[in-house]
Amino acid sequence: MVAIFRKMAQIRLNDERFISLMKAGKMVMPYYSARGQEAIPSAISVLLTNDDYLVTIYRGIHDMIAKGVPPRLIWAELAGRSTGACKGKGGPMHITHPKSGCMVTTGVVGAGMPIACGLGLASQLRGEKRVTVTNFGDGASNIGAFHESLNLASVWKLPVIFVCQNNRYAEHTSFAKGTSIEHVADRAKSYSMPGITVDGNDPLAVYAAAKTAIDRARAGEGPTLIEALTFRFNGHLIGDMGEYIPKAEYQAALAADPYPRYRQWLIDDGHAGAADLDKLEADIKAEVDESVAFAFDSPLTDPSEITRDVYAEVA
Amino acid sequence: MNASPKSAQVNTIQALNWALDDAMAADPNVVIFGEEIADPEGGGIMKVSAGLSTKYGGRVRSTPISEMGFTGAAVGAAIVGIRPVIEIMLMNFVAVCMDQITNHAAKLRFMSGGQTHVPLVIRTMTGSGFQTGGQHADFLEAWFCHTPGIKVVMPSNPADAYGLLRAAIDDEDPVIFVEHLASYWNPGAAPERGKSIPLGKANVVRSGKDVTVIGYSRSMLDIPVVAEKLAKEGIDCEIIDLRTVSPLDMDTLLTSVKKTGRAVVVHEAVKSFGVGAEVSARIHEALFRELKAPVQRVASKDSPVPFAKQLEAAFLYSHADIEQAVRSTLRQ
Repeated sequence: MVAIFRKMAQIRLNDERFISLMKAGKMVMPYYSARGQEAIPSAISVLLTNDDYLVTIYRGIHDMIAKGVPPRLIWAELAGRSTGACKGKGGPMHITHPKSGCMVTTGVVGAGMPIACGLGLASQLRGEKRVTVTNFGDGASNIGAFHESLNLASVWKLPVIFVCQNNRYAEHTSFAKGTSIEHVADRAKSYSMPGITVDGNDPLAVYAAAKTAIDRARAGEGPTLIEALTFRFNGHLIGDMGEYIPKAEYQAALAADPYPRYRQWLIDDGHAGAADLDKLEADIKAEVDESVAFAFDSPLTDPSEITRDVYAEVA
Repeated sequence: MNASPKSAQVNTIQALNWALDDAMAADPNVVIFGEEIADPEGGGIMKVSAGLSTKYGGRVRSTPISEMGFTGAAVGAAIVGIRPVIEIMLMNFVAVCMDQITNHAAKLRFMSGGQTHVPLVIRTMTGSGFQTGGQHADFLEAWFCHTPGIKVVMPSNPADAYGLLRAAIDDEDPVIFVEHLASYWNPGAAPERGKSIPLGKANVVRSGKDVTVIGYSRSMLDIPVVAEKLAKEGIDCEIIDLRTVSPLDMDTLLTSVKKTGRAVVVHEAVKSFGVGAEVSARIHEALFRELKAPVQRVASKDSPVPFAKQLEAAFLYSHADIEQAVRSTLRQ
């Protein structure tokens, strides 16, 4: 329980620091904050190991941190340093860290899902028990890659968990305007797999749904579609003023912020004392300080790197 | 593997089938999938994979008609060490999965800082002359040549098809392997099984002193015919089969053109912004002062591939076009 909160705190405190450094002019990048969505990957990831694969998207730093990508490597990546997860060649939309299972991060809506099928296929061919979790937004449920992937995963019974983090907006277009169905999870029926809609701001509900799906995938019984209802508090990307979001909807979403709610529940239900959580947050703030220092103390990636990693290097 | 006698003749379908079979036997990570490629569905539209699903079971899979889905799946499997060889039935169909090829397969090595890479082979085929119209016969290799991170291989005969496919499967980068419809059934020398032909190396198939004629894939059926005709007049063509279109083997090309001082590039793809333009530009950049004439390009017309027989004939270059291009370099 507290392990989930620890991940949520890591996500939140890193996110807040990214934004503050961007606003201070110290970092320039397209940054798609997932503040508000942190309960989803935090609850799922405690069920995974480094052997399990993650495929995520441009709004995915929360997914990476939850999966175990060291934040200092993310910081160095975003700062364009040679010590970055991808030597500064990927940036916020393309972080990869195979050691923690973060295999692909895509900047193209929906494109991670076919790739997740391939990771699942590899596990299946090798008789491994590992599973692949692929995250995407509600907007991606309208693109062809989603439908092709669910179909392929179902036909081949692949160990893939499709996690739709439904934050109600596809860039600037509301869910209702762009999606022909009330619940994305209902689309699972077309592909003969279980589909479940859960409150994505409730870590326990997400955990329960993910456990069922992961157990099913590990048992070789095939894929599941999970729709986790949530909201993103900082718009599509930093700088987005959110004029397209009705004020009442935004206020209601803020009121359902998973972070303070879960924090309070941990205390009320006796899982942690307030002082424990204060200390946990203080420790993570210190970690963030260390990550920022590591990033900015690291050398910039040398321009000669532009010709490396394009093709295999031939001896 | 049972080596074939050197004198034996096989066609490209047989050679490719051997290449897949031998690669699968050599490495359990080699898997193949594509539309109707398993035996119950016919072993592939050209029967290139016939017999393989019976022999290798689940490593050979027919897919739904879902190119984006299965191409992406091949990318995902490749980054964790599977070596997928997928079949996209016709080259035009790459258009529905370009995102997976150009945004993902081509770039994951770079974007990950070298932590992952995509040892994937995409086999596909194309070719005009069969009245299949505008969406079944395009040569689209320039799309991929213009994308750093991908290699493009286009064999012209059975033995090359075998050796290049084996090399492509062993390669650590994504390879687009383009087969030519018109030449599948042409007999040629049998490949030496087990032996690959290195990627990135062109093949001088005829030595000559007057003009270097550069081709690949289908044009390698036509260039030798024209060269033999011209030889009777004492015009001595050196013929180079690129084999790998990207990366280009500039060493072989420049060595030849330094000798002849003249070059003609021939391809079935449309002319504008094509491989011929790149080859021509590179020769001019390197050898401008040594050239005796401007490099000539022979290619198809800048139009969609048409349906009607006479229009299709007008679309594709002719032997006369190649002949005229060679002669024009000699007049100057």
